[in-house]
Amino acid sequence: MTEQVIDVTGLRRSYAGGFEAVRGISFTVGRGELFALLGTNGAGKTSTLELLEGLAEPAGGAVRVLGHDPYQEREAVRPRIGVMLQEGGFPSELTVTETARMWAGCTSGARPVGEALEAVGLAGRGSVRVKQLSGGEKRRLDLAMALIGDPEVLFLDEPTTGLDAEGRRETWNLVRALRERGTTVLLTTHYLEEAEQLADRLAILHEGRIAATGTVADVVASQPSHISFELPEGYLPGDLPPLAQLGVSGHDMAGDRILLRTTELQRAATGLLVWAERAGVELRGLDVRAASLEEAFLRIAQDATRAAADRVSDGSGAGDGSHSTDKETVA
Amino acid sequence: MSSTTTAAKGVAARSAARTTPAGRLRAMARAELTLLGRSKGVLFTAMFVPLMMPFSARQAATGMDLDGTGLSIGTVVLPASIGFSLLFAVYSALVSVYASRREELVLKRLRTGEVRDLEILAGAAIPSVAIGLAQCVLLTVGCMALLDVGAPEAPLYAVLGLLVAFALWPVLAAVTASFSRSVESAQVAALPLVFVSFFASGTLIPLEVLPDNVAAVCRLMPLTPSIELIRGGWTGDMAATDALRALVIAVAWIVGGVFAVRRWFRWEPRR
Repeated sequence: MTEQVIDVTGLRRSYAGGFEAVRGISFTVGRGELFALLGTNGAGKTSTLELLEGLAEPAGGAVRVLGHDPYQEREAVRPRIGVMLQEGGFPSELTVTETARMWAGCTSGARPVGEALEAVGLAGRGSVRVKQLSGGEKRRLDLAMALIGDPEVLFLDEPTTGLDAEGRRETWNLVRALRERGTTVLLTTHYLEEAEQLADRLAILHEGRIAATGTVADVVASQPSHISFELPEGYLPGDLPPLAQLGVSGHDMAGDRILLRTTELQRAATGLLVWAERAGVELRGLDVRAASLEEAFLRIAQDATRAAADRVSDGSGAGDGSHSTDKETVA
Repeated sequence: MSSTTTAAKGVAARSAARTTPAGRLRAMARAELTLLGRSKGVLFTAMFVPLMMPFSARQAATGMDLDGTGLSIGTVVLPASIGFSLLFAVYSALVSVYASRREELVLKRLRTGEVRDLEILAGAAIPSVAIGLAQCVLLTVGCMALLDVGAPEAPLYAVLGLLVAFALWPVLAAVTASFSRSVESAQVAALPLVFVSFFASGTLIPLEVLPDNVAAVCRLMPLTPSIELIRGGWTGDMAATDALRALVIAVAWIVGGVFAVRRWFRWEPRR
């Protein structure tokens, strides 16, 4: 068994005013694993991360990082972790080198400042004030400081938000290199591609709960693939071969267009195409699409929106919705 | 570069070089001192305002009727000047420092690291406290040379007065910063205590020239114990019971202030 570096059970977090940002989540992260918390704004990613970093005390449940409670046993945990917040945290009037020097002085086993800046490509920017850095450079400085003590566990809150495509790719390479060396990484992101590229396992958060979790393949496998096309003129859905025999689990009609859902994409597509060939009909606008993380993600968001809409039409839960938009700015 | 050797080096260095509170404070104080040097407004308030004050305090003292109080112009002006130094170089400056570090998320970022909460506040206070101390020395020497103050009769009281002041005012600065939403509002939030300390703490108006019941209320203000102890240290005619009362009041403020900081200090901006 691999050692569990992060162990979260039934975690809850409430803000003053009663809003519950994290509503009982559980997951574990093994040593050397890269775990991503994926979710839309307000899903509770940052609120969760802050509990793991020991910045706040949970309202319920338990967190263990490297076998310790990160809030109560701060001194045992902090020298072994590195943290990158969602934004900022460095005085704008200090230069890059001065910032790094200060941070190194507060970090056990800190690498030399020059080396730490070199690793993120900021070696040439040492004498520049933090306020004059671009958004991407600030993120890289933040990453360099999170890494300066060679942490065993790294917490990254949206590490590539605000970076251009190249900067994002460089950060990914850096994070992959860290993982190769055995660093355990927990990152939050709202970029699906980032989770797909980097994560060994992920959890999709929605409204403070885990909506889906597992490897990318696991999460995707839980979602159906789609086939859609326009029904030929004069045909009704009943004219198609029996859908159940094709492995289709459900269908929707929108105008002339029919959408079939299946977990056996090849079988369903083959059955359909063979039928079309024999019947001599053309399936206009045919679209055969394997399940993807994006589908899974959108579906979770959609289900939730539908649920929220139901609640609003009931006349309850409207306050809840507006509250959660406020909240991400607080957290 | 081989990644395994770096990892090994990292582990070795980690066990070898744990940071110490002194080392962390040094690193933070150095950064704060750099920042202070770059913040012209704070620097002006901290450096020049307190050093200008003796002149205005002297004018006020010259017009006072000090007969029968046992005070001279020098023993009025010196404690008052030290009081101004505490209010501007330490208190007001630190309110701005704490508020701006919070608004820039520096405090929150530091809290993710190894630095303890108390060290974060102390590290930020070191340069301001050092400037305040240097001013106190300068003002004492200046007053002794120009205002004929002479050596303190009871130096222990004066030292105690300074000690409690340098413990209390950074704490009060942190409390004040807790109750403000921005750097600008923090500067405004600092004003009430500055005014109270001007007029009701024996600084501009020595308690000796006030009616007894007014003086009794003034004795409860946070700056008063230090002013009384410093003044008593120079005149030498402060009774031990009065000195003890002043110390008790000062310690009560420190305890109350520390409690307030632990209870209400905000480490990140309210948005």
